[in-house]
Amino acid sequence: MSQMPQQAAVSKCPSCEEPLESGDRFCGACGYDLSAVPARPQDSPTLAMNGSVPAPGSPPDGVDWPVAPGAESSGRPAPVHLPTDLPGTDSGGSALPPEAPHVPQQPPLPPEPPLPPQPPAADVPAAGVRFDRRQEPDEYPLQAPDPRLAADPAVPAPPAPAAAADGKVCVACRAGRVDDDGYCENCGHAQPRERDHMEQESGPVAAVSDRGLRHHRNEDAFSVGHTALPDGTRAAVAIVCDGVSSATRPDDASLAASRAAGECLLAALPRGTHPQQAMHDAIVAASQAVNALAEEPATAREHAPHQNAPACTLVGAVVTAGLLVVGWVGDSRVYWVPVDRSAPPARLTEDDSWAAQMVAAGLMSEAEAYADERAHAITGWLGADAYELEPHTASFKPDRPGVVVVCTDGLWNYAESAEEMAEAVPHDAAARPLHSARVLVGHALDGGGHDNVTVAVLPFPAPPQGAGSA
Amino acid sequence: MRSGMANFSKSNVPQFSVDVYQNEYLPEGGAEVNAIVTVTATGGGTIGSAVAAPHLYSPGQGPSAAVALMVDCSGSMDYPPTKMRNARDATAAAIDTLRDGVHFAVIGGTHVAKEVYPGGGRLAVAGAATRDQAKQALRKLSAGGGTAIGTWLRLADRLLSSADVAIRHGILLTDGRNEHESPEDLKAALDACAGRFTCDARGVGTDWEVREVTGIASALLGSADIVADPAGLAADFTQMMETAMGKEVADVALRLWTPVGTTVKFVKQVAPTVEELTDRRTEAGPRAGDYPTGSWGDESRDYHVCVEVPPAGIGQEMLAARVSLVIPEPGGSVQNLGAQGLVRAVWTDDMAASTSINPQVAHYTGQAELAQVIQQGLDLRKAGDIDGATAKLGRAVQLAGASGNADTAKLLAKVVDVVDAATGTVRLKAKVEEADEMTLETRSTKTVRVKK
Repeated sequence: MSQMPQQAAVSKCPSCEEPLESGDRFCGACGYDLSAVPARPQDSPTLAMNGSVPAPGSPPDGVDWPVAPGAESSGRPAPVHLPTDLPGTDSGGSALPPEAPHVPQQPPLPPEPPLPPQPPAADVPAAGVRFDRRQEPDEYPLQAPDPRLAADPAVPAPPAPAAAADGKVCVACRAGRVDDDGYCENCGHAQPRERDHMEQESGPVAAVSDRGLRHHRNEDAFSVGHTALPDGTRAAVAIVCDGVSSATRPDDASLAASRAAGECLLAALPRGTHPQQAMHDAIVAASQAVNALAEEPATAREHAPHQNAPACTLVGAVVTAGLLVVGWVGDSRVYWVPVDRSAPPARLTEDDSWAAQMVAAGLMSEAEAYADERAHAITGWLGADAYELEPHTASFKPDRPGVVVVCTDGLWNYAESAEEMAEAVPHDAAARPLHSARVLVGHALDGGGHDNVTVAVLPFPAPPQGAGSA
Repeated sequence: MRSGMANFSKSNVPQFSVDVYQNEYLPEGGAEVNAIVTVTATGGGTIGSAVAAPHLYSPGQGPSAAVALMVDCSGSMDYPPTKMRNARDATAAAIDTLRDGVHFAVIGGTHVAKEVYPGGGRLAVAGAATRDQAKQALRKLSAGGGTAIGTWLRLADRLLSSADVAIRHGILLTDGRNEHESPEDLKAALDACAGRFTCDARGVGTDWEVREVTGIASALLGSADIVADPAGLAADFTQMMETAMGKEVADVALRLWTPVGTTVKFVKQVAPTVEELTDRRTEAGPRAGDYPTGSWGDESRDYHVCVEVPPAGIGQEMLAARVSLVIPEPGGSVQNLGAQGLVRAVWTDDMAASTSINPQVAHYTGQAELAQVIQQGLDLRKAGDIDGATAKLGRAVQLAGASGNADTAKLLAKVVDVVDAATGTVRLKAKVEEADEMTLETRSTKTVRVKK
C-alpha cells in the first residue's frame, strides 16, 4: 500500500540493481522508469506498540531532555534559538530535510545506524529525507508515573460546537422543523452539524476547524490542551488530523486519532516524558485508535465490502518554555512564524506525499513533482491499511518568540510556502491565537474552501501559568 | 432459510429492518436519486418454506388466520378428467397443511361461486374432524359450468371477513379464461377485495389467460404461477399453504416521505418479483404516501425507489426520502413498525463519486428491464413481428445471462435458440410448446438478488 520511494532508488535501480546517479529519470542499464514509485521490497508489520521508548543511553530515571529554562521573575522567557539554526530530528535522531540546516545541537535522541536492509548512509544525499526507523529495543523499562503529577493532568475537552445544535427551524428553507436525523422535515436539507465548524481555546493554544465550501462534511478533527511539566512550567499541545476521504468513516478516524494523541500527550508530559518521546508515543496511540475502527460491525462491512479501513493523517506540536516538538504522519503540516517578521519563517514538517518523496529522493524537481497528478497522493497515514507506521518527530529550540501553525492541507493549499503562510498569519497571533486561527480559516475559505480546513495556533514560548486566557 | 426446533418463547410479531443501498453523490445540477431499499422481517417464529412450518405452532399460538380455497369447477376441468381429480387432491393436501385453529373454507367456482365446505356463510376451524369433513366434501366436487372469477373472489371476501383474524388469505385455481363476466366485473371485484385479503393465483393446464392470473396476484399482493401438468398441483398447493401459514403480520405498507419540491418517479418491488407500486400510493399526511406490501412472514424483499429532487449546490446534502413501515389501523392512525431507512442526496464535484452507479440499483434496473422485454418480446411474437420479437427476446437473454438469472435464462432457451448470450443474438424457435411460452410469461417478473 504505502509506496514510499527509498534512498535505494537513487543508489541502485530497483529493477536491475544498476548503480544510479542523482537526478536520473530512467535506469541507464534497463530503462526502468524511476518516476514510478517502487514498491517496498518486503512486507513489514505495523510497529509493535509496547510502551514508552526512552532513548538508549538515557538515565534510568527517564527525564534527560534539555530542561527548558524557566521564565524569569519578570515573566520574560529565556533566550531561545533561531529554529532555522537548529535542525530537527526525526524519530531516529536523523537530520530533517533542507529547511533545517545541519547544525546538530544536543539532539535529544542519539542517532542510530539505519536498519540493515537500508542502503549505506554514504549513498544518501545530504538533502534527503530519512524514512528508516530506528531499532526498537525488545523491552522497554516502564517508568513509574509520579502520582502527584498524574493526579491532575489537564484533559482535552471535546471541541465545543460553534452553534447550538438544538435550533429547531431549518437553516435552508426557514420553514420546516428539524427532525431527529438532522434533516429538515419540510425541504429535507441537512442541517449544520456539530463538526461543520468547531472552535476551541485551551490556555495559550487555540484551534478552528471548518467544513469548507465544497465538501458535505468535515472530516478533519483536532484536539488542543495544556498541562504543567514536572518543573511547573507549562506545555501547550495541539493535534490536527485529516480523514482520508477514499477510506470509510474518515471523520471517525480523524476524531479518534486526535483524541487519542491529545490524551496521550497530556498524560505523558506531566510525568516528565521527553516531549519528543511523548509525541512519538502519541502518534502510536493515535494509530492504534484508528486501527481499532477497522473492526467495524459486520453489517456495515456487508454493505460496503470493498472499502478501505478508516484512515487519517496526523500532525501535532508541543510547545514549552524553551522547546518546540513536532510530529506527523501524512501531509498535514507545521509552520514556524517568528513574531519579528524580519526573521525567516519555516515549514517544520516534510509531507508523506508522492511529490515530496520524489523531490526528496532527487528523482524530480519540485516543479516537476508538484505538476504531476500523483503529487498529492499521500504515502503515509494512520489506519489498519497503513503499510507500516512511520511516525516522524522533530525537536527545535527557537531563539526568539513566534507562533506555531499546525494545519491540514485545506489551509496550506492556499498558503503553501512558509512565506505565504507568514503573510496570512496576523501580527498579533501570539497574543490572540483563537482570532488568528479564525483568520487563517477565513484565508482558506476566501481562496475557495475546496477542502475541510483545520488550523491550530500555539505561541512560542509557552507563556507561564496564569498568563493569557486560562 | 432457517431450521431447527420451534421456539415458542419468541414473539410472534416479526422484527422489521430497512437497509438502503444507493450512490448518494450527484453531480452539479443532478436531480434523480435512486435507491434499493431492502426490507427484512425476522424472528416471527415461523418460516415460509420448511416442511415443518405449519407445525411450529400449537393451537392458538400462531397468528389468527383465515384461508379461502377457490377451486375451478368449470366444465373444462373434466378434460382431461385427471385435472379435476388432481385439483381435489391438491385442495386436500392444502387442507392437511392448515395449522390447527386456522379458519378456512372451500369454494367451488364456475360462472357462480358455491360454498363447498363448511357452507352456510361460515368458516370452519381447522382440526382433525373439520379436515376430514372438508376432504369428504371435496369428493362431491364435479365439473360443469362457466367461469366468472370475480364471483369467487367476492364470496371469499364475504367468508374471510366473517372471522376476526390477523391474516386473511386466498388460494385460487383456474384452468380457463374468465369468459362469463366482463373484464370490468373482474376489475371491480379485485378493487373491492384489494387490501382485505391477499391471494395466490394458479393456472392449471394451458387454456387460461396469463394476464388474468398475474393480474389477480398483483392486485391481491400474492404470487402467480403456472402448473402446466395437473400432477404437480398437490406439491404446489402444499407449498402455497405453508407460505400462507408462515405469515405473521398483514397489511404492511411501505411509507415514503419526501421533502417539498420532490417528485416520486416510481416505487416498485424488485425482489422476489417485479411489482409496480407507483400508482398504488395512498396519501398519508404531508409529503408522505403509503404503498401496500401485503402480509409478511420471515422474509426479505427489495424495493426500488426513484425520486427527483430540486438540485442544490456542490457540498449540499439533503434527505431525498425517508422509508418506513407502517400498519394502517382503523380510524386513520397507524402502527409504526420501527425500522426506517434514509435516502440521501449529496452534491459533489468529484466526478468519480457522482458517475458511479450503485451495484444494487444497476442490478435491479436490469432485472426490471428483463421482465419488460420478455413481455414485449412475447407480445410482438404473438402479433407476428418476428424481427421485433427477436430483438426483445435477444436483449432478455443478454440481461438474464449477465445478471445470473439462470431460471429465466432456461425458460428463454425454450422459446428462442441462443446463438450468443453475451451479445443477445438469438433466433426464434419455429415451434414452441404453449406451456413453455406461458411459463416464461408468467415467471418473467421473477428476479434474482445481487450476487454477494
